[in-house]
Amino acid sequence: MPDGAPAHGAFPAAGRRSVSRYHAGRPASGSPLLEARSVSIEFGGIRALSDVSVRVEVGEAVGIVGPNGAGKTTLFNCLCGQYCPARGSVWFDGKPIDGLPSYRRARLGIARTFQRVEVFPEMTVLDHLLVAERARRGDGRLWKDLLNMSRVRRDELDRIEAVLGLVGLADMAATPVGALSLGHCRLVELGRALCLEPRLLMADEPSSGLDTGETAALADLFRRVQQEKGMAILLVEHDLDMVARVVDRAMVLDFGELVAEGRLDEVMADPLVRRAYLGRAG
Amino acid sequence: MSSLLDYAIPGVPYGCEFALLAVGLVLTFRATGVFNLAFGAQAFVSAFVFDLLDEYAHWPQWAAFAVAVLVLAPGLGLALDHFLCRPIRTASTTAKVVSSLGLLIAIPQSIPIIFGGRTRHRIGYLWLNPNIVYFHIGSTPVNGADISTTVVTLGVVLGLMAMFRWTSAGLTMRAVVESRRLASLEGVNAGRVAAGAWALSSLLAGLAGVMLLPQSNSIDPTNPLEFTTLLVAGITAAAMAGMSSLPVALVGGIGLGVLENLLVKFLPPGGVLAQGLLPSLPFIVLVGVLLANPRLRHLDQSSDPLASVDPPPPPRAIAIRDKRLELPMKWGFRLLVIAFVVSCLTWVPGNWVFPLGQGLVFSVIFLSITLITGMSGQLSLCQASFAGIGAFTAGQLALHMGLPVLLGAVVGAVLAAVVGVVLALLVIRVSGLLLTLVTLAFALFADNVLFQFSWTGGGVAGLVVPRPAMGSVNFNNDRAFVMLALVVLALCMGVVVLIQRGTVGRYLAAMRGSPTAAASLGINLSWSKVTVFALSAGMAGLGGALYGSIEGPISSTDFNYVLSLVWVVVVITTGAQTVEGAVQAGMAFAVFAQVLTYLPQRVAGIEFIMFAVGALTYAAHPEGIVEYQRSIWMARVGRWLEAWDERRSRMARSGMPPGSAATGAVAGGVGGAPGSAVPGALPASAPGSAPAGGAYHA
Ligand SMILES: Nc1ncnc2c1ncn2[C@@H]1O[C@H](COP(=O)(O)OP(=O)(O)O)[C@@H](O)[C@H]1O
Ligand SMILES: [Mg+2]
Repeated sequence: MPDGAPAHGAFPAAGRRSVSRYHAGRPASGSPLLEARSVSIEFGGIRALSDVSVRVEVGEAVGIVGPNGAGKTTLFNCLCGQYCPARGSVWFDGKPIDGLPSYRRARLGIARTFQRVEVFPEMTVLDHLLVAERARRGDGRLWKDLLNMSRVRRDELDRIEAVLGLVGLADMAATPVGALSLGHCRLVELGRALCLEPRLLMADEPSSGLDTGETAALADLFRRVQQEKGMAILLVEHDLDMVARVVDRAMVLDFGELVAEGRLDEVMADPLVRRAYLGRAG
Repeated sequence: MSSLLDYAIPGVPYGCEFALLAVGLVLTFRATGVFNLAFGAQAFVSAFVFDLLDEYAHWPQWAAFAVAVLVLAPGLGLALDHFLCRPIRTASTTAKVVSSLGLLIAIPQSIPIIFGGRTRHRIGYLWLNPNIVYFHIGSTPVNGADISTTVVTLGVVLGLMAMFRWTSAGLTMRAVVESRRLASLEGVNAGRVAAGAWALSSLLAGLAGVMLLPQSNSIDPTNPLEFTTLLVAGITAAAMAGMSSLPVALVGGIGLGVLENLLVKFLPPGGVLAQGLLPSLPFIVLVGVLLANPRLRHLDQSSDPLASVDPPPPPRAIAIRDKRLELPMKWGFRLLVIAFVVSCLTWVPGNWVFPLGQGLVFSVIFLSITLITGMSGQLSLCQASFAGIGAFTAGQLALHMGLPVLLGAVVGAVLAAVVGVVLALLVIRVSGLLLTLVTLAFALFADNVLFQFSWTGGGVAGLVVPRPAMGSVNFNNDRAFVMLALVVLALCMGVVVLIQRGTVGRYLAAMRGSPTAAASLGINLSWSKVTVFALSAGMAGLGGALYGSIEGPISSTDFNYVLSLVWVVVVITTGAQTVEGAVQAGMAFAVFAQVLTYLPQRVAGIEFIMFAVGALTYAAHPEGIVEYQRSIWMARVGRWLEAWDERRSRMARSGMPPGSAATGAVAGGVGGAPGSAVPGALPASAPGSAPAGGAYHA
């Protein structure tokens, strides 16, 4: 980590940005893409996370597993700026991002999906991706709208259709998302996140609501974006088969604590981990 | 020191009434999530009925009290719970506020219809006679009303606190407040607890109303606005308590009463401070408390740890429009406009041209509600104040500087937009309920303070906003003015539609759908909020100036805060998410008023009641009744067309692969307004064009 850590002000201004400024540059040599150091948070006296540290290298796929209520979603929320951890700090690309609101973290190149789907029910699938596409480019000037310069352009459509094809929603582009099944809503969220062309893609239980065939296709998709676009992936998932297919490395959370870290098969063999899982089974 | 005490003591009974209301507000909010804006109205109902029975029907005091406070008030609460609250238990905070707004308007309006509109001058009292001074504290006389109010309030609030602490009913209620879902799992009937909370808090409202009676000289059933201060102070005390702590609500309420009394005594009467600061004090305190109390920040986010267990609310049926309907609708709309223009210029009688013009002007104002509420999902309760700023600016500029009124209207619109930005910046970090309350505080402030000066609202005499003149065209003629209003309305509609279809509109729709997700895409919600607030305030200001111009003489009563509430309710009921909705609402609002001039005076409020009842359906149909009906019909017609197609194709017996239609459908769906999806144009992608990963739907 660089010692003279830049203050928040050192970030590119939150306003308009160019794609290249955020997505091209490699991080300072050796520093991980995302690093959380001893993050703790509590709700009404109950520790949801205690001293959790996470590292995700550039282009790496990391899985987080653990029983329900272990704090996985809470960790995501701390990383993305929805929650403000009580202690600890989060670094992205070699700089601390504590205190940055979630929209600025998104602009730095962190995209996520939600366990409890967060879609815009009245908008079509295509509009979801269009919003993401324009948000990535920093669009959204009022005068452009008023001069009717905000119509959908061909190049935007091409990019969106490519992503739609990738997540398998090509034939649902014009469907309002409110009419989709839960599994498809998750795919919309994923497509939306992919449209941001993030450097780190965080997915919270993306396979719930999908059947086995769809889950397998989803795992392939994660692999593809990781390999082809160099996206780092942070995956929270209950389906261990899927985790095994996607991640390079896994971490196990239990009761808000990191109990194991390493290759998935090794981690799952750990007696502590087995107890965490089996202890809850009853 | 003793003189300070002398001044402070009379404030205590006042403060006790605030406290009673605050406690009731907190109670309902905690147990049901409804911020009951209709609370003051409920207090008024009980007070009115008590007075009626006690003073006019000559019932004994205890009997009147029993009926008005012990039976009627909780009964009303239970009815509200059953008909209003139960269906919207899982609805958003906004939906709940809209419903309570409906009540706030409907309840007072129905009183004169039920009991007649005669002002009553004989005022009843409860327990001790307010005209008898029982003793002195220091040199302060303490009368019967002071004693009864203080004793009853302290008794009730302390009793409630004891109940929550020690009884099983209280324990159950606390459990429900912590987590309705968890409590249900434990076998608690959360519904019954909510009903109990409604009954209890309504009883408190009734009690507060009856206690307040001796302070007024008369009760005017058509004007329950004197309960305004009570409402503001109640909200303030409840906000101080972070919407959760009963003892703080009690202390806060009493503190407010004392503070107000002290200021009245110590500020030099007639000075600038006494004239400007004193009346605005409640609002300043309210805004201060709302913004300063960090516990209020996340009021509308559920703190229930089991919140994520609930399934997301069912998506509402989204009307899928058949593409073939678009052309006829477009032409139908054009014909309608032409017919309207021709009619207004020719056969429509003079006394109907004016309300039609009014309707167009209202439509402009209502478009501002489409912007703020329909598009961004924020509930602003001060649109009438923005309209007033526009109108008074145009009027004052015309009066003092001879500025042409249209130019003045633009200046007024800009000024309103600036005020809108200031308000938006105040509430930038918060949203939902808090924003609504701050706008309500501003509306009350504008109504009670800002518009009362002679340099703004023209004082008691009011102000005349002239009609514009353009060369040889004289807009003093109503028919000419209608044309002008139509042009302005068309421009405003164009602006709203362009935004709706543009990037900002999509961002706002995203924010409305899920603020969390919108932020996770990198959309700066604060900026979007400020933008839309400014636009909306500006449009309301423009419409307000037009309103002033069509009316001619206007005064502060033309923009009183109730109007803001009524307008919001009217637009939301009709359809806040489309420009058509706003225009329909505007025309209906003006035309209904004209129709009512043919009906007896007594039912004058029926129009408001109709719309207010409509607001109660908001939770079920956030797109509005008219919009809902229309989408049902569109879907129906679409199905007919499809059935017809099918029959035809069956007869033709030829299957044409619709693969080529797929891309066309996508482009078409984008070109139109967001949400106007193209059905039937969702064929399975043609073989071969199936994208990688398309396996999900194989
Ligand atoms: N906003 C919140 N308020 C109170 N408790 C919370 C909140 N968010 C999470 N928790 C608690 O934190 C713990 C971890 O939850 P979560 O992160 O959702 O677990 P996971 O995603 O691993 O299933 C749970 O006990 C949950 O109840
Ligand atoms: Mg989770």
